Amino acid sequence: MSDTYNALAGFAQTFGLILFVAAFAAVVAYVFWPSKKRKKDFDDAAQIPLKED
Amino acid sequence: MSTIQDPIQAPAKSMRFGEMAALVGFSAFAFLSIIIAAKAYTPEYAFHAYLFAAASIASVFAIGNRYMNRPAGAVPQFIDGKPNYNFDVVKVGTIFAVVWGIAGFLVGVIAALQLAFPMFNFDLPWISFGRLRPLHTSAVIFAFGGNVLIATSFYVVQRTSRARLAGDIAPWFVILGYNFFIVIAGTGYLLGITQSKEYAEPEWYSDLFLTVVWVTYFLVFLVTVLKRTEPHIYVANWFYFAFIITIAVLHLGNNATIPISLFSPKSYIVWSGVQDAMFQWWYGHNAVGFFLTAGFLALMYYFIPKRADRPVYSYRLSIVHFWALIFIYIWAGPHHLHYTALPDWAQTLGMTFSVILWMPSWGGMINGLMTLSGAWDKLRTDPVIRMMVVAVAFYGMSTFEGPMMSVKAVNSLSHYTEWTIGHVHSGALGWVAYISFGAIYCLVPWLWHKREMYSMKAVSWHFWVSTLGIVLYISSMWVAGILQGLMWRAYTKLGFLEYSFIETVEAMHPLYVIRAAGGILFLAGALIMAWNVWKTITMPEAAAEPKLALAPAE
Repeated sequence: MSDTYNALAGFAQTFGLILFVAAFAAVVAYVFWPSKKRKKDFDDAAQIPLKED
Repeated sequence: MSTIQDPIQAPAKSMRFGEMAALVGFSAFAFLSIIIAAKAYTPEYAFHAYLFAAASIASVFAIGNRYMNRPAGAVPQFIDGKPNYNFDVVKVGTIFAVVWGIAGFLVGVIAALQLAFPMFNFDLPWISFGRLRPLHTSAVIFAFGGNVLIATSFYVVQRTSRARLAGDIAPWFVILGYNFFIVIAGTGYLLGITQSKEYAEPEWYSDLFLTVVWVTYFLVFLVTVLKRTEPHIYVANWFYFAFIITIAVLHLGNNATIPISLFSPKSYIVWSGVQDAMFQWWYGHNAVGFFLTAGFLALMYYFIPKRADRPVYSYRLSIVHFWALIFIYIWAGPHHLHYTALPDWAQTLGMTFSVILWMPSWGGMINGLMTLSGAWDKLRTDPVIRMMVVAVAFYGMSTFEGPMMSVKAVNSLSHYTEWTIGHVHSGALGWVAYISFGAIYCLVPWLWHKREMYSMKAVSWHFWVSTLGIVLYISSMWVAGILQGLMWRAYTKLGFLEYSFIETVEAMHPLYVIRAAGGILFLAGALIMAWNVWKTITMPEAAAEPKLALAPAE
């Protein structure tokens, strides 16, 4: 039991942490990367609720 | 709409696979339920089994009837190039939400009166405070809030995907099955069937049924998004996804129980001791985070832009808001277990993440509020916008109060006091209920093809009456909580406790009366809404033109 606990806790406190922080950093980079195309995509997406059909 | 056709030329009608499967499934389930009812250990459980049997038989008839009356071909996905939206389920969900809202607020008022005046227990076990309180929380959170979430999610996912809701019987099973679960859960509390876990009181059989409903819900939502004709998945749908998936995971984790028999309502959880406590509050706090926050943020991201007629302030911020919330909320649960047997590091972890959570919460709040930038006059002219903006303001307020209360030093004063109840209600009444009311006021005219609500004046009255109610409620509970906390920890010079417990109860009586008054005002506001919704649905206005203020489509 305590071996399982230690293994899981060890993973969570090292690779788990790195993985989560890196994933979140990737999201932020994706969102704020200066890109004309992505800016247009975001602007288009923001208009979706306002379109009528 | 069905035209009379020559029976020879009409295409042959055959049962769809789903109809066949549902008929077989419900028939078998009715049979099983009757056996369980016959062999049940307790009369309460037999009552629930009979309810399951009756609902299954009713479903068989409903599906059969529907098959006899429907046209032969498949339901068209598009009519004249426009998506053939399925709004009937949304209508049903909206009405359920209004009805359950009234019921839930009423039970809350009774529970508040019981605290102020114990004679309101009437010495009846079924409506004693201990049973009514979970009935109140579940009725408001799961019955009112849940129906708002399911109804709006089915509306928003169709409109923003520009696709008809997936499934034929499945969406009906979701909305009706969910409400049947509410009936089972609610009557169970009154009859004394509970596993005594906060927000997770229903016993194993209700939990299993809810799991089936919830998986169906997820599939309906997922397949609708998959067949969208829009290139993007609008941010509101991301929040709905997070809500649906996380609630499924939480529900399974916290309800990992083994029943003592198929014929007994009683079960035991597989987790033990402090692990069970941790599981419970991992569930409990993320019910707040993903049911009451992520789900209702989806409403914010759809209904505020739509009503204000301007896109969300920053789409980029909305993506960061989403992922930050997802990454951080899940760790905050241990703050419910400060100063308990939970390891110290876990308590500190919960506290730290709760404080960090302040940032994405306020990012989201700013995003919602700033959507109105350049259109602030709408706050004055449109009571529906006012309601939703005040909701977002309450979201900001309670997501500031929450992290503060999760700090151990503050928690040592606030925990187990009425302050916590006040905090929950500033979130539940101020944020969740107000954004829901706003969405209902938007949805009802859209769904029933009316230009606007029957009476905007009544919307304004609803707003002011219930805002006064919230202010009375949360300020009295804030004072009561601090009073209670300080009295509990007061020592005499000799080191004895200064007050007996009953003295603290006496001291709070006036505050309990104020709280009940606030609750009555909030209920009155909701009754005004119910009247207004009824009048709007039944008013004989010809179908109004859809709003054409915007640029034409394409």
